[in-house]
Amino acid sequence: MSETTVRIQKICRDTVKTRLIIFGTLALLLVACSLFAEHLCPYDPYLQDLSNAKAAPSAEHIFGTDRYGRDMLSRVIVGSRTSIFSTLLLVAIITVIGTVIGVFCGWHGKWIDTVLMRISDMFLAFPGLVFALAVAGVLGGGLQNAIIALAAISWPKYARIARSQTLAQKETTYLKAAKLAGDSTAKIIFKHILPNIIGPILVTSMLDIGTMMMELAGLSFLGLGAKPPIAEWGSMMSDTRSLLTTVPWVTFAPGLAIFISVMVFNLLGDTIRDYADPKSRGR
Amino acid sequence: MAEILRYDHVEIAYNGKTAVRDVSFTLNEGEILGIVGESGSGKSTLIKAAMGLLGPNGLVTRGDIWYNGKSLPDLKENELRKINGQSIGMIFQSAGASFCPIRTVGRQLYESMTEHEQISKKEFQTLALSLLQKLGFENGQRILQSYPFELSGGMQQRVGIAAAMLLKPSILLADEPTSALDVSVQKQVVEEMLLVRKTFGTAIVVVTHNIGVIGAMADNVLVMKDGAVVEYGETKQVLENPREEYTRTLMAAVPRLRRM
Amino acid sequence: MKPILKVENLTKVFSRRGQPDFTAVKNVSFELMTGECLGIIGESGSGKTTLVNMITRLLDATEGSIILRGEDITHINGKELRTVYRKMQMVFQTPTDSFDPRRKLGDSIGESLRNNGMSVSESKQNVTRLLKMCGLPAEFAGRYPHQVSGGQCQRAAIARAIAIKPELLVLDEATSALDVTIQKEILELLTMLKDELHMSYLFICHDIALVQQFCDRVLVMYKGSIVEQGRPDDVIQNPKDDYTKRLIDSIL
Repeated sequence: MSETTVRIQKICRDTVKTRLIIFGTLALLLVACSLFAEHLCPYDPYLQDLSNAKAAPSAEHIFGTDRYGRDMLSRVIVGSRTSIFSTLLLVAIITVIGTVIGVFCGWHGKWIDTVLMRISDMFLAFPGLVFALAVAGVLGGGLQNAIIALAAISWPKYARIARSQTLAQKETTYLKAAKLAGDSTAKIIFKHILPNIIGPILVTSMLDIGTMMMELAGLSFLGLGAKPPIAEWGSMMSDTRSLLTTVPWVTFAPGLAIFISVMVFNLLGDTIRDYADPKSRGR
Repeated sequence: MAEILRYDHVEIAYNGKTAVRDVSFTLNEGEILGIVGESGSGKSTLIKAAMGLLGPNGLVTRGDIWYNGKSLPDLKENELRKINGQSIGMIFQSAGASFCPIRTVGRQLYESMTEHEQISKKEFQTLALSLLQKLGFENGQRILQSYPFELSGGMQQRVGIAAAMLLKPSILLADEPTSALDVSVQKQVVEEMLLVRKTFGTAIVVVTHNIGVIGAMADNVLVMKDGAVVEYGETKQVLENPREEYTRTLMAAVPRLRRM
Repeated sequence: MKPILKVENLTKVFSRRGQPDFTAVKNVSFELMTGECLGIIGESGSGKTTLVNMITRLLDATEGSIILRGEDITHINGKELRTVYRKMQMVFQTPTDSFDPRRKLGDSIGESLRNNGMSVSESKQNVTRLLKMCGLPAEFAGRYPHQVSGGQCQRAAIARAIAIKPELLVLDEATSALDVTIQKEILELLTMLKDELHMSYLFICHDIALVQQFCDRVLVMYKGSIVEQGRPDDVIQNPKDDYTKRLIDSIL
């Protein structure tokens, strides 16, 4: 009986590895697609051809064309650059800002910690997207402002994780030993604390990519993110929603793109979490 | 003296790796057996096997553990549960951690007792108080009414022993019962166990790395190293005249107080 | 004999909002002479770990002063404190926890040397020498803490502590987590190193028999204060304080 259990556990561990390879490759494909978007497009995504407007999906135009006769497949591919790249940029920004603030609070403690943590509490107290709407509203539309708005409301989560991890690290014996070895504060933070806390933070950011993609698309959909004619999935959906009953494919194509990429990044995040935490392996 | 527990060429493996090899010993009624060894010697594994506490990866791969004519590793889970607690009691390293922190000691003892026996609260009170009195507790009523954290570490451990004795098991298995305690209270716990044997005639197996504990209470001692028995014999002989090289090294390494 | 360490009226009060203040160490004063091995015994909660954490400045003292080789180190910080750690080092109770799990033992052992201006190649040679001195083969420098046994890890921790040739070594329950045979080996290593490097030891322990074997003098701590001090043999034969008497009577 015991041998069977062992074998099952082994298979489960291997599954995590397989999943990691599959979703990692898919995510890389998505990123590559956004990198080489121009070269992958069968047509110019901004070229209008009114004679061929609202064409149904066919062999020439797999996703059909929109009301100006632009090829939907090309627009979705080009849109991936805006959507995926801005999401990755946004997640990178909040990860770095949150970690820096969190580590600083955890290490320094005292009044600075109290002040910064109360500020983060304030951010956490608001419903996220509503607050982002308010910020984007004040700053005005545009992709850049949408990213700023989402970054402003999303860093506290990372700050909290980094802070609690830093506090835990501060109590460890090896940090005491590092102090006794004559390490300066900077060395302690960069050589000992950061390498030991970065794991859980990275897992959180991987899991956040999907959410952030949705929120960014959501803001664009509401007209507070990327502005037409820039191809962005959220704004494309919003742009065409009045045509939903007559030419559904124009809304369907960017929707499918959002669905697929959010799912791939979420599954990748889950897999990385399983992989990083040996305890959840084999479940 | 009648034999009560017998290990017969027991081999235990975790994940297919052998942790304990070919261990045989017998425990008689009212005997105290000490199992001593260093970390990784397999001493805890040995008594966990009797209680079915090896976990999903551990398995008795060879030999038998006989209790009352029954082979413990072959019993079904529900049969084993009937024996656990009722016939074989167990004490862990820190009894404090095995109590639930938000309910009184008395309440928890009552609950663990009703798992095995139909008993009214009143009967339980009388029984528990008389047991605590027999085991040398001065104020049983107060102990039953207190929460675990209100008792000191040594007191928690003594209450743990009393709790294991509520169902009057014929064997008590103790896994490092004194190791988490300060020196000044270790002795109290050892005395508690000696009192248990004196009062109820319970056989005790005590697993420890502390040779002092063995010397103070065990009749016989089993020295283990790397999963195998190095020496098995009367405590006095093993501690004072060890036959094996390893036992000699072990005894020489124990710091002893010179009182002159 | 000159004292290497002088502790005067050292007190630590932990205060938390909403809870009464807790005095972990009360007015502790003692001297540690050069070349001496001074033991501190007491049960858990007696304040001995708080006391050594104050002495090694891992914890700030509430009151009193710590004088190391004539220099008052009670309130110094930053760079000055880092120079003090060239004279004073510490070995902890749990060896595996005292090494950064993500760094190789060799990196951790050589850290103090590199921090004090030694080149990487030179510090590597020194790590090999230190490992050998502590009875470990050179390839242990490339291992991670979880890849070695507790006893081997404690040897590596001792190698790290003696790397910059400190004058005072604080041993906080340095052998308590180890098996007795390993404990004996570590004590033999410490005895040898003490003579070879002319160090003084502050030896924190809860096992009075071990202190009797290893120390020249002993302080008995109880509830944050020193209740008795003297030569271990004298204290064990003629305990004056009630607590010491109880402690000695309870030895199995």
